[in-house]
Amino acid sequence: MPHRGPFLFLIALLVIGGIGTAVYRHRAFAIPFSPDQAQTVWQVEARVQFAGDGSATNIFLTLPPDQTGFRIVESTRASSGFGYSPAYRDGQPQAHWSKREVLGEQSLFYKLEIVEDGDHVVPAIPPATRTVPSWREPYATASQHLLSMAMPISADGLSLAQQLIQIMSDERGDQNAALLMAEYQTATLLQNLLLAADVPARTVEILTLEDGRRRQDLKTYVEVFQDGSWHLFDPERGEVHERHNLLLWVTDAPSVLDVVGGRNSRVSFSMISAVRPALAVSQEQFGDFGFSLYSLPIAEQGFFKLIMLMPIGALVVVFMRIIVGLKTSGTFMPILIALAFLQTELVPGLVSFLLVVGTGLAIRTYLSELNLLLIARIAVLVLIVIGIITVFSVLSYRLGLIEGLNITFFPMIILAWTIERVSITWEENGPREVAVQVGGSLGVAVLAYLMMSVPLINHLAFNFPELHMVILAIILLLGRYTGYRVMELRRFAAFRSATNEPPAT
Amino acid sequence: MNFLKKYLTGWVSPSYLKDNGILCMNKRNGDYISRYNSRSRYPLVDNKLLTKEVVEKAKIAAPKLIDVVRAQYEIEHIAPRLENLDQFVVKPANGSGGKGILVIVARDGEYFVKSSGVRITLSAVERHMTNILSGLHSLGGKPDVAFIETLVHVSDYFADYSYEGVPDIRIIVFKGYPVMGMLRLATHQSDGKANLHQGAVGVGLDLATGKATMAVQHNQRVTHHPDTGQPLEHIEIANWKQLLILAARCFEVTRLGYLGCDIVIDEARGPLILELNARPGLSVQIANGVGLLPRLRCIEALDDLPVSVEERVEFSMAHFATRKTVDTQESLWAEPAPA
Repeated sequence: MPHRGPFLFLIALLVIGGIGTAVYRHRAFAIPFSPDQAQTVWQVEARVQFAGDGSATNIFLTLPPDQTGFRIVESTRASSGFGYSPAYRDGQPQAHWSKREVLGEQSLFYKLEIVEDGDHVVPAIPPATRTVPSWREPYATASQHLLSMAMPISADGLSLAQQLIQIMSDERGDQNAALLMAEYQTATLLQNLLLAADVPARTVEILTLEDGRRRQDLKTYVEVFQDGSWHLFDPERGEVHERHNLLLWVTDAPSVLDVVGGRNSRVSFSMISAVRPALAVSQEQFGDFGFSLYSLPIAEQGFFKLIMLMPIGALVVVFMRIIVGLKTSGTFMPILIALAFLQTELVPGLVSFLLVVGTGLAIRTYLSELNLLLIARIAVLVLIVIGIITVFSVLSYRLGLIEGLNITFFPMIILAWTIERVSITWEENGPREVAVQVGGSLGVAVLAYLMMSVPLINHLAFNFPELHMVILAIILLLGRYTGYRVMELRRFAAFRSATNEPPAT
Repeated sequence: MNFLKKYLTGWVSPSYLKDNGILCMNKRNGDYISRYNSRSRYPLVDNKLLTKEVVEKAKIAAPKLIDVVRAQYEIEHIAPRLENLDQFVVKPANGSGGKGILVIVARDGEYFVKSSGVRITLSAVERHMTNILSGLHSLGGKPDVAFIETLVHVSDYFADYSYEGVPDIRIIVFKGYPVMGMLRLATHQSDGKANLHQGAVGVGLDLATGKATMAVQHNQRVTHHPDTGQPLEHIEIANWKQLLILAARCFEVTRLGYLGCDIVIDEARGPLILELNARPGLSVQIANGVGLLPRLRCIEALDDLPVSVEERVEFSMAHFATRKTVDTQESLWAEPAPA
């Protein structure tokens, strides 16, 4: 083969291009590979309450940062009468409400839709240098004592944190610990102790996601930076490994809520979870995935859902003809029948197809006696097919068989041509050949239908149209297959029997 | 168990076919037809009228063209044109598989006598032509042209070997070299047609001598013609080399590298080219009990130096003698020696 190299290169290009694009779009737009992949969507509502005293008011609500394990899909707010602008402070997004004159009890809402997504990874930002807190006596001594207890039995920042938590949580434990804990918040204490020991640490505020919980508060945890990532510690229990339901809300900002010009401000959280198809969720987040079929109007989308299945049918036809060697009447007629089956369901589709073609054939027998010219004959057949379909539809509707209506899904011109071709084959090669060809066509059509109705294939064909490049590559490869067809292994069995067996007398 | 065994004997393994050099459909299409047959030359063989014209121009023996009917209105005035013809054949230019051929062997007053002996009227002949023009017999139903040519008088030699139809010889010509040939005998079952899958008998021919090597009908070995009962063993085509030269010359005319030549033997004129085929079938291998691939590869391995027709035919006769390839067996007509 003189052009083998470039050909294989093209194949490789198509396969890599197709799969590569699909994987990229899966990563970038979180389009799921599987149709029934579901995702847990959390709807978290932050409720800010405060009492206005008649003066101008600014409210800053810190919002959760982009973080590993969660994707924030959508955010909405309800705050009538307040001006709103997004803000950014100390590395964290904030919601900023403002109003010239606020009087009385106020409620502001900020609603987030968050998806648990293990594939969503945000690189950890290394800690900024923090000032080591200065201790007053007797706490300075107590903290040194506590550290000198924990230091020898730890190896690194993580184990030091672990040991400190253990010492502090021991109820009948160390007096120094008791002293410090009476003065400081446990999380802040742990952070300060770690910082004093030169371990990069910070306090974070987290929200525990639990379905149906209302009026929840944030909890303060401690994070320790080591080996390029932050490790979360519950200051009362130790390192947290299972953190799929822990949403970091405040990491770097000084506070979750800042109200200037109001009193009694507080924030509380409510949440519910819902399981939704992953596809719908990512659509919500990314709109139409940039350049995709979702940017088309709905009617066109439905049309493309069918069109995108045709390559699957083509692949089945190519395989069945080149590799298996099945005879079909009309090269790609089986694809069109299969597409019709998709809308009629298999059994009603088969029955109506055979009914229409059978009736058409009977009428066509009379036509062949009229010696009509070809074009006129086909045109007559189109009318006859329409007549048959009309009669069957009305008849089956009267009899209460709704399936009969589905006949209209078959492309009429194709049916007319099928009848013409089958009839000619019948006259020229006999009913046996007709059975072989119609059987072959229907067999291929049914197989194509079965392939096309697999939900996974449906999903991939429409959401990852680039995968058709892979199908193209396969068809190109099949087009160069010059080996034996399966049916030829039967056909040429005659060669063996003819050469090896004695002649019949 | 027995059933299963019987079923399995209906299949062969791919390696068996490969070992025997069987050319299969995909390989024929992909490695031979598409590589050696230029698309632009297909019309030359698909349109029998064109074939006739180029063959006649190259002075290759073929049935003579008498008349051409291209349009419906001509049919109304066909009677005077047929007046002086007692015997003729009406064919569609784009027919396939022997469809739409009307053979008139005599006149009986008003009537035309078909080869089967049935008498038909002039209007029946006209209707037949109308059908041809409307594309009844052409591939895809395209409008067609009808032509009239001289009737071939099949050599008496074949009288007992064929039932109703005309026996023809199919020679596969690859790059101008004859590579395999078979004689096709019509049977009652094949309805006078010479297609093997319709039940005609295929007789493998030794390329060196033109002698019959073996015969098959419906993929089964036969020794006698099923209708006439004539033993097929002694068939020998006369003027074999001349016939091969005729076939090989078609390569120069058509420039089709992979070609099937259908030849009939006329009592008076000898071998005549009946039609040419750019997609000849594969059953010639079954009739000969030999695969085509080794022979095709042998030709492919030759230098592409221009070689005269005579030299090519001599090369084929020397290299592709069928008996030689099976000389481990006494004769293919006898029971094969145990493997």
